Amino acid sequence: MRMNPKKAQAIREFLYILPFLILVALMSYYPLYGWVYAFHDYMPPKPISSETYVGLKWFQFIVSNPVRAADVWRVLVNTFAMSGISLAFSWFPMIFAVFLNEIRCKPYQKFVQTVTTLPNFISWVLVYSVAFNVLSSTGAVNSVLTSLGLIDKPIAFLNSKEHIWFKMWLWLTWKNAGWAAIMYLAAISAIDEQMIEAAKVDGATRMQIILRITIPCILPTYFVIVMLNIANFLSNGMEQYYVFQNNFNRKTIEVLDLYVYNIATSGRGNYPLSTAISMLKSVVSVALLFITNTVSRLVRGEGFV
Amino acid sequence: MKRMKEGRPQKRINPMDRLSPGDRVVSVITYIVYAFFAFVCAYPFYYIIINSISANNLSERGKVLFWPMEVHFKNYSRMVNIPGLLDAAKISVLRTLVGTALTVLTASFLGYMFTRETMWKRKLWFRFVAVTMYFNAGIIPWVICMRNLGLNNNFWGYIFPMVVQPFYIILCKTYCESLPRELQDAAEIDGAGTLRLFLSIILPVIKPILATIAIFAAVNQWNAFQDNLLLMPNRPELNTLQYKLYQYISQANSLKALVSNTTNSNAVMAGLATAATATSIRMSVTVVVVLPVMLIYPFFQRFFTKGIMIGAVKG
Repeated sequence: MRMNPKKAQAIREFLYILPFLILVALMSYYPLYGWVYAFHDYMPPKPISSETYVGLKWFQFIVSNPVRAADVWRVLVNTFAMSGISLAFSWFPMIFAVFLNEIRCKPYQKFVQTVTTLPNFISWVLVYSVAFNVLSSTGAVNSVLTSLGLIDKPIAFLNSKEHIWFKMWLWLTWKNAGWAAIMYLAAISAIDEQMIEAAKVDGATRMQIILRITIPCILPTYFVIVMLNIANFLSNGMEQYYVFQNNFNRKTIEVLDLYVYNIATSGRGNYPLSTAISMLKSVVSVALLFITNTVSRLVRGEGFV
Repeated sequence: MKRMKEGRPQKRINPMDRLSPGDRVVSVITYIVYAFFAFVCAYPFYYIIINSISANNLSERGKVLFWPMEVHFKNYSRMVNIPGLLDAAKISVLRTLVGTALTVLTASFLGYMFTRETMWKRKLWFRFVAVTMYFNAGIIPWVICMRNLGLNNNFWGYIFPMVVQPFYIILCKTYCESLPRELQDAAEIDGAGTLRLFLSIILPVIKPILATIAIFAAVNQWNAFQDNLLLMPNRPELNTLQYKLYQYISQANSLKALVSNTTNSNAVMAGLATAATATSIRMSVTVVVVLPVMLIYPFFQRFFTKGIMIGAVKG
């Protein structure tokens, strides 16, 4: 039996990508199967079986055990606080870009852009290393403050729980603001030059041009960023908080992503509880993504997914 | 940018031209504020570099602030003797090379294949891949499943999870779609098959986008830390530079905490002695880890806008 050549080609082309599809299935879809561990009393290396099945025990455990419930509440507060601060200051990269664009000395503008973008390309471990070297008790900041006589003993910037939410936002901004500004700069350069020229002819000041033309023109970009921020409200990632955590700040730095890691790895390690919490988190995150995408579609006429 | 291109480039405009006194004040403040931002971003790197080449007893006490003092390079030559550091460097380089090559090849091949309208259920498979951007199972289920697949304590655990990157595939797909149809049609009439088309026609012309992807993939591989932490608990010889650096700092930090909390003077002295040797070495390791990124940085700056669009394209 012979296939017609068109069909043969269709199948052959599918077979070419089949190995990659299998890889995607294993790397991205198969881990979803890992959610079954939330319904078992799983203690590695013993495999799960019908005997270990415990139903919703771990989900109930989150709320029924008062210590655990208080813990989860604390972690949620941390997560909401850090994401909330990020959201509240999400305009910063936009304003950064707007005023950077106002700098008329182009080499200086380029220089600032280059230097402020660099931290985006280093890992959180390196950010922590930088932070540790500059802010530790013998670091640059403490040395300068001591030699100026402003303090008599070093400030523990990293080994303290004071203002940790805000400090984490500062480091996040240090790393990302320059990079985020590039997108706004691209949006600004797409603004019709004639509009600005016309405004100038009409005698608009620079401030008026910024407020009436530049910012309104880049607001759609900002809107998308805000929507993405909301969609990722529960997902701060764990790397930043993992590297910055220590015995002093553990209570206030733990966000959801770090918490699920910590409960699975500290002490005896509670894999099922960790899985149950990340399952709930994933469900809420997907819901948030759908909601924000719908809002975006209603407001802008197109979604971002 | 546009103004520069369209205007008369020869005529130099005085920056203060046509500015009201109020605007001038704003201008000056803007320059100063941005100088501050640039300083905050650049100085920490400069500080670490000058400290790593200054006399160790000075850098320990935080005396080196503006320029290197009593320059020496012993910290760097001494790094070779630190157990495990060279192995970690090898692993980091290897995973960056292998990982980047596979990611780029996969992105270009799949990106191209997803433009082949002749393929069986093409749209379905594309969605199957693209949708993985929007969900993830969470780290612990992921770790358990990677263990089941035998990717824990295994070098390939660094590579396989990062090979198929939907962002990059979409980027390649969009690029391939923008190519003129005739390019492929002509070769197809001459009897070239799908793979032949990909290798001799498509691959050479999509090089610009591949360069962008390669650089971002390489930086990601070099910076990766979490997979090391999660998947390689029992094979210290598979640790990457990032992980080693983290270990050095967290050890140094616990020592510092010990020193500031303890009243036992012997422990203080011992702690200080250990932490002291660590400071200079730690800074040198930091420089070595950050250097590759800094070196390729000027070359990939022109890909920035494209790179940020990676995050903005639609599926």
